[in-house]
Formats: sequence, C-alpha cells, structure tokens
Amino acid sequence: MLQHYGPQLVNLFAAVLLLLSFAMLSQRRILSLINLYAAQGFVLFLSTALVAWLTGQHHLYGSAALTLALKVIALPWILHFLIRRLNVKWDVETLINIPTTMLVGIVLVILAFNLALPISQLAGTVTHSTFGIALASVLLSFLMMITRSKAVPQVIGFLSMENGLFFAATGAVYGMPMVIEFGVALDVLVGALILGIFVFQIRERFDSVDTRHLEKLKEH
Amino acid sequence: MAPEIALLLASPLAGGIVLALFGHRPRAAEANIGFSLLTLVAAAALVARVVADGPVTVAGEQFFIDSLNVFLVALTAFVAMTTAMFSAPYMRIERDHGRVSAGGMRLYHSMYQLFSLAMLLVLTTNNLGVMWVAMEAATLTTVLLVALYRTHASLEAAWKYFILCGVGIAQALLGTILVYFAAEKILGAGVGSLLWTHLDAVKDQLEPTVMSIAFVFLLVGYGTKVGLVPLHNWLPDAHAEGPTPVSAVLSGLLLNVALYALIRFKVITDGALERPFASHLLMGFGLASVVVAAFFLSRQRDVKRMFAYSSIEHMGLITFAFGMGGPVASFAGLLHMTVHSLTKSAIFFAVGHAAQKAGTQMMADIRGLMRVNPTVGWGLMLGTAAILGMPPFGVFASEFLILTTAIAQQPWATPILLVSLGIAFASIFGKVQPMVFGETNARRLPHPPALVPVFTHLALVLVLGLYMPPYLAAWYRQAARLIG
Repeated sequence: MLQHYGPQLVNLFAAVLLLLSFAMLSQRRILSLINLYAAQGFVLFLSTALVAWLTGQHHLYGSAALTLALKVIALPWILHFLIRRLNVKWDVETLINIPTTMLVGIVLVILAFNLALPISQLAGTVTHSTFGIALASVLLSFLMMITRSKAVPQVIGFLSMENGLFFAATGAVYGMPMVIEFGVALDVLVGALILGIFVFQIRERFDSVDTRHLEKLKEH
Repeated sequence: MAPEIALLLASPLAGGIVLALFGHRPRAAEANIGFSLLTLVAAAALVARVVADGPVTVAGEQFFIDSLNVFLVALTAFVAMTTAMFSAPYMRIERDHGRVSAGGMRLYHSMYQLFSLAMLLVLTTNNLGVMWVAMEAATLTTVLLVALYRTHASLEAAWKYFILCGVGIAQALLGTILVYFAAEKILGAGVGSLLWTHLDAVKDQLEPTVMSIAFVFLLVGYGTKVGLVPLHNWLPDAHAEGPTPVSAVLSGLLLNVALYALIRFKVITDGALERPFASHLLMGFGLASVVVAAFFLSRQRDVKRMFAYSSIEHMGLITFAFGMGGPVASFAGLLHMTVHSLTKSAIFFAVGHAAQKAGTQMMADIRGLMRVNPTVGWGLMLGTAAILGMPPFGVFASEFLILTTAIAQQPWATPILLVSLGIAFASIFGKVQPMVFGETNARRLPHPPALVPVFTHLALVLVLGLYMPPYLAAWYRQAARLIG
C-alpha cells in the first residue's frame, strides 16, 4: 500500500517543502521564521526517512536522523536562544515589498524547473521529479537572503538553502555518502555557532543587528 | 597511512588544539612557528616521496598526491611558515598597541593552525566531498580572524565574507552533488564515485549535460573564493580589515587553494565534454577579473585594499592562463601561482610593518619609509616592482609566457590584457613611490620588524625569474600536463 503511494507521498513532501519556502519568503515575524525553518527541517526528515524505507538505502536513515537532530532540534534551538538573548522580537523588514518578492519567487521556480529538467530525466531514482523543487527552494532561499536586511533572517535563508541542497541530493542520488553528510552537517553547525558569536559582536558594536549598518565599506 | 601525510595533517591539528589553550602565552608565537615548521618538514618529505615514486594514493585512496598538488602543498606549508615568522613580532606589536586581547591572541593562533589544516586537506584529499567540507572549514576558520579587531569596518568585512562565501560555497556543494550524480551512473553509489582518481579514469563516459551544469555551479562556488569578478566583493574588505598576517595567507594561499579545486574539476569536465566549455568560462571570468581589478586599483586609498585588488587581477590572469590551456599556458599559470603567492605575501609583510609605523593604512598618510626604516622601504619597493612584472623577477617570466601564448592562441585578448597590466602598473607604482620616498611622520616600533620572510620570498622570486632549476621546470611541466 505505502509502497504504491510512497513515491507520490515523497512528491507531496516536496510540494510542502516548496510551500514552506514561499511561506518563509513572505513571513515578517522572526519567531515564525525560525518555526518555519524547523518545519522545513521536519518535512525534510520525513521525506528522507520515507525514501530510505522505500528504496532500502540504509545510510539514508542516518541522514534522516542527522536532519532531525541538527535541523529540527539543534539549529532552531540555537536561533531561539539567540533571539531570546538579544531580547528582540522585531518584525523582519524586507528591502523589497513582499508581493513583488513573491512574484520574483514564482519566476525563479519556473527557471529552476527548466534547469532541472535535463537532470531529472536522467535520474533513475523514484524521487527524480523532486529535483526541480529542490533547486527552486535553493533559489528561493537565495532570494530571501537578498531581500532581508537583518542578520538573523539572512542566516535563516542560508540554512534553508542548505536544506534545499540536501533535498536535491536525496532526490537525485539518494543522498551523498554518509561521510560527506557528516562533514557538511559539521560545517553548518560550526557556521551557526560562529554566527552566534558574530551577531553578539555586531550588536555590541552597533546596538542593532541590522546589516544595513554594515554598508560603510564601499568603493569611493 | 603514509607517515608524511599523517604528520602533514596532524601537526596543524595539534597546533590548533594546543594553541587554543595556550595561545595567549608569551611564547605562543614561537610555538606557532614550531608547528608550522613541522608541517613544512612533512611537506618536504612528501615532495621527496612523490619525486621518487611518482603519484601516490594513500589511506584507502582517500588521499591522492601527484605533481600538481604536491607543489601547492609545499608552497602552502612554506608560506604558512614564513607568515608565522612574520606574525610573531607583528602580533606582539598589535598586542602592545592594545588592539588584540589575550583571548584574541588565543583565537588567532589556534585558527591560524586550523586554517593551514583546512587548506592542506583541500589540497591532499582525493575525495571531492571532503574537498568541499575542508574549503568551507577554511572560510569558517578565517571569518573570526577577519573580525579580530572588532571594529565596525572589520565586523562588516567579516560579515560580508561569511555570507558571500557561504552562499558561494553552497553553489559549489550543488555542483559537487551533480558531479556525484553523473559519476554514480557509471561507478555506482558510494564514496568511490566521489574520488577524483576514479572520476578521472572514467571522465569520458560522464554525462556531458550534467557535467556542464555542474561546472557552472562549481565555478560560481569556488570562483567566489578565488575572488573572480563579479564574485569578488568580499575580498578587498576581508584583506583590508583583517590582521596583516591573515591578509597575507588569504591572498597568498587561500586563493590558490580555491583555484586548485577549480582546476581539478576542469580536468574532469574537459574529459566529459567534447567542446572547450570549461576553458571558455575560465577565460571569460579571468579576463573580466583582470580588467575590473585594474580599473579599481587606481581608486584605492587604503594600501591593503589596493594590494587586494592586485590579487584579484593576478588570480584573473592565472585563471585566464588555465583557461587557454596547453603546455605553455598551464606551465605559466602554475609558475604565476607560485611567484604571486610569494611576492604578494612579502608585500603584505612589508605593508603590515609600514602601516604599524604610520599608525594608519591610508596611503596618503604613509610617507618616507626609506628614511625611517630602509629595509621596510626596500622590501615594499622591491615587492611592488616584482608584482608589477618588472624583470628580472619571476612574475615577469610568467606574465611574459602568458602574454606570448595569448598572442598565439587568443589574439583578441592580448590588447585587453596589455592595457589592463599597464593601468595596474601606473596605479600601483604611482601610489607606492611616495610612500617609500619623501618626508616622514613614522614612529618607532616597540619590537623589531620581521624582515627575513620578506627578503626570503623576494629572493626566491628573483631566483625563479633568473634561473629555473631544471628539476623544477620538469616538475612544472609534469603538473601542466595533468591540467591539459
């Protein structure tokens, strides 16, 4: 039964992932943004576990567990901790208004599907059709990083881009070898920790974590 | 596992751990030199082994050493060691001036070693996934170093560095995933499909469409770290605002290492595609970097920023050379990597002390170095002459080779290159000359400056320009053949 509906369920998860990417793009509140990021991680965990079960690729269970530990628990916890310590609950300011951003986002999705077409045709995986969605969510996260002016949302964009990449790897090749996934996870975690130190340093200097303060270094 | 590689990687790892605990002690700078020296010894042993036995794979094929990367390993270990020698008095002076705290010194020394480790891992690993992980680690270890002074400008520079290189490196991960995707069809799933030696063996069977898309992502990703225009924005800021030893290793080593990663992928992509797709991209990005950097050079007022733009220009030139390909251009590219790395770090050493003397990095306020400290003045002057490609320095030889190959293979590009090099010459020389000569306002430094590294590097560049030992030339030729 599940074997039959499995691939379709994976596609459903992919659709939810894309929906969450759009939700993050349109979200103004930082706490909701972190929760959406955690939700995205959870969908990623579910779909990876499902693909593992469908295909019998045991190492994917490992990736799924890693996703759960890192992206659903550890990173959102670090981000929540940062927000609490900084004692800010700002609304996220965007540099371009949200409807325009959404329209640009739709164009990016179409672009991503076009780019992914030759690759997903070649893929022999049951999940090959999800590659386009993965690429789309990478591009949407990229867009989010460009349109946000605060440090923390920019980083959430970066982390969500990594989610998209991870999903791309699962979709096209049933995940990278486990060693690499551990390495990537380690880099992401260290990056998030460094970011934490960094956000405090920025705040200590500027009394704000708006990266628009960080625009003094320009060519004259 | 081969003892040379084990030592090569264990020495900076141990250094990173030990100095994280004791990096603020008075003798930490000497320990930093010691660990770097040990790494250099291991690199020398590795060179000896590769020269004797040819290319080797060790530790279950996880590491692969051939003449291309062993030469970069030696260069990296050498410049890391001399920079550690320079950094000892330099950082002491910074500490005396109250710019760095005890915690900052610990962070600095520890990260310096871990940064070396990350670069050596990129160079020696055979696994393209590990290469990505190590490259990202190299960014992460230097981000906090760029922000070491915690000034507004340094925080901004570090933030830009973190975000831009983070985004860039994410594109490279996508590229790596696509390469694995192409390889998995032929070699099957598992770590084997990420090993460069395995990929190289079957490169003509890899799916061309996937490889060309993958190479674009890899070029954007690793190209950001090389500092190729238009992905170069982080580079001048990070170089100008970080401590000078960090600028020296970023410019002299990290850019080379990122370019090395790109070359490895180029070899595979060229094998998979019939047409010279990768070559054209490399030439385009390289030429754009040379031109844009040359025009930005004349507008700089901060001395470290200016030399950062000069690094973009030279990396562009090297990328262009590898893009042209062929035995002569690749040979020239490798030679240029070597001499640029040596010269640029020597310049940063001299500039670092000059800026400490003047108390500023603004070129308008640095005057009369020759009068107060002739050795720093001569170091800067000779270094500048060398980097501008004046004979008899080695940079002249490599630039000459690149230009003559361009005349033969890509005549349309030659005038563009010549004009850009001319503009760069006029801008840099016009600004350095009054800094070295003229009236002075400099102060005395509390510790004697480290000038041995400056003149060692310049002497080596001079030797490479005047006479290249036959075994070295043979070695470069061999490495150039690997690039194609």
